[in-house]
Amino acid sequence: MQAFTTLTGVAAPLPLANVDTDKIIPARFLKTIKRTGLGVHLFDTLRYDESGAERPDFVLNQPAFRHAEILIAHENFGCGSSREHAPWALLDFGIRCVIAPDFADIFHANCFKNGILPVRLSREICDTLIEDAKLGGNARVTVDLARQVVVRPGGEEIPFEIDAFRKNTMLNGLDDIGQTMMHAPSIDGFESREKTEKSWMPAVSVG
Amino acid sequence: MQASNRTLFDKVWDAHVVEKLPDGTCVLYIDRHLVHEVTSPQAFEGLRMAGRAVRRPDATIAVVDHNIPTSDRSLPILEEDSRIQVETLERNVAEFAVPYIPVRDARQGIVHVIGPEQGISLPGFTIVCGDSHTSTHGAMGALAFGIGTSEVEHVLATQTLLQKPAKNMLVRVDGILPAGCTAKDIVLTIIGTIGTAGGNGHVIEFGGEAIRALDMAGRMTVCNMSIEAGARAGMIAPDETTFAYVEGRPMAPKGEAFARACDYWRTLPSDADAIYDKTVVIDAALIEPQVTWGTSPEAVAGITATVPDPDAEPDEAKREQLRRMLAYMDLTAGQKMTDIAIDVVFIGSCTNSRIEDMRAAAAVAKGRHVAPGVRALVVPGSGLIKLQAEVEGLHTIFLDAGFEWREAGCSMCLGMNPDKLTPGQRCASTSNRNFEGRQGPGGRTHLCSPAMAAAAAVTGRLTDVRALSISQERV
Ligand code: SF4
Repeated sequence: MQAFTTLTGVAAPLPLANVDTDKIIPARFLKTIKRTGLGVHLFDTLRYDESGAERPDFVLNQPAFRHAEILIAHENFGCGSSREHAPWALLDFGIRCVIAPDFADIFHANCFKNGILPVRLSREICDTLIEDAKLGGNARVTVDLARQVVVRPGGEEIPFEIDAFRKNTMLNGLDDIGQTMMHAPSIDGFESREKTEKSWMPAVSVG
Repeated sequence: MQASNRTLFDKVWDAHVVEKLPDGTCVLYIDRHLVHEVTSPQAFEGLRMAGRAVRRPDATIAVVDHNIPTSDRSLPILEEDSRIQVETLERNVAEFAVPYIPVRDARQGIVHVIGPEQGISLPGFTIVCGDSHTSTHGAMGALAFGIGTSEVEHVLATQTLLQKPAKNMLVRVDGILPAGCTAKDIVLTIIGTIGTAGGNGHVIEFGGEAIRALDMAGRMTVCNMSIEAGARAGMIAPDETTFAYVEGRPMAPKGEAFARACDYWRTLPSDADAIYDKTVVIDAALIEPQVTWGTSPEAVAGITATVPDPDAEPDEAKREQLRRMLAYMDLTAGQKMTDIAIDVVFIGSCTNSRIEDMRAAAAVAKGRHVAPGVRALVVPGSGLIKLQAEVEGLHTIFLDAGFEWREAGCSMCLGMNPDKLTPGQRCASTSNRNFEGRQGPGGRTHLCSPAMAAAAAVTGRLTDVRALSISQERV
């Protein structure tokens, strides 16, 4: 996984609440067996009309935001399904950070696994950042994970909270599986205890 | 020593903590991992690239459900992307020796239907799947939740997940559910009450008289949609109803082992003085048949209600959202729910495709006919449910009434296989999500119970099922 340290880029405003995973990437695009290539379908129904042409009023179709790396939204971003295709689509488009008042749980976890930083900031601050973002390409926002601050275009720093474990994983681009493997002796121990204590437990077998 | 005031969730969680890291993150052991074709290819690919094996194939099961057509199973899958996903899964399970139920096996079905049906999902287990509706299995008294593909890979490789405990929320449904109302109406009422973010960060335990009175199918419907309330998972304490359901299932413990398992399972229900971070109480007596009118499951109302008026909403952002929903749904404020005409009816999905759901829909369909111009699909949740329904003659009732009787799969729950809405079509659906385009681009979804969906099919509009006479001997 790509490490996340500091990101400076254009922030696209998406002032919508409950942006669900079907909006981020509709189900019909889940038929891939790869992690890449989904960026063109990010926000497909918001971004394109029935004929497949770009809707000029959608933020990511506007010249200033075509290369946005940060997204600012309203409450409950990423609700709906567990599909990791949602962060993959964001990442493939180039979004590395989403700022919102809160996130759906699974989506939030999926972001960290893919090097996307979800930042929780109050609705009020999100609205301020959304106002900033309207300055377009002139409004570059910095997200500094080590110092846990979002820097507004004018230089004002806004602190944010983040789980220490996830911060470390992101800063170093660590692989979760590799980290867990270091606990293999405990896992072995747990399994052998279970074998005695829950000896009634059958194995999965399709016969 | 364990504290005495623990919840069901606390107990199942504690029993699976392999190690607690200094910051509170836990290495959590996973008892059962269900795998399907959509969210697993990249996970197996990751294993292959890292040279890792599947740690516990004997705790893993794979099945195809999302992509497959629900028509004739002897035919090849025409759509190339879908076929590739199915073939990829088949290659992966062969390479990694993971137990697999193939498409043409009678046991094939929706992953969340076959887990309990086969006795794979048992009380007290931790169960995961790369699918948000894994919450369904919480009906068994298990901790079951959806994970992303990176986590699928993590579980395949380590049989564990890195997790922090969720908070505890109790949703208590007191009293007795009125006639004509079902588990679906309970859960839609709950979501309407607490909202789609009401359960964020929590595991919801459903309790109270109305929940205890539900059969296992009803409990699965309720837990299935706990994710729609934002919850990490939904759970219902195991009881005699649960044990009776589990006994004799193919992959459940047998004989003396079953008795020992029950002894353990009886220790799981929340202690009398268990502490919850949040409690919500619902009065079952006030529940009526529910239908959604918007593009979020919380946009729901009783069938006797009218479409809400956005202008009455004080918050500007919400007002805009309401307007957007009504525009997408092509509804007007004040319109009676029962005046909404529908084009399609879908009875199926992991929310409502069990034999009990088939029976409830058939009871309404019997002796009636699908309204002119309406297409109505009935899609059993598994091949075994389909066979059972045919033994009971339900398929004849449906076919005589003009419904389509299809093979098991996710079908029209999501636009990933040939069963899709076309733009502008309006559907009464027993599935769980009414998001824009969920059932096909431009499609409009009204979520409701199987009986309500069948009522909509025979009248051609959203209908109060209580107004239709349904005699007991209809089925
Ligand atoms: S039936 Fe629908 S919700 Fe359930 S697993 Fe299939 S697609 Fe997901």
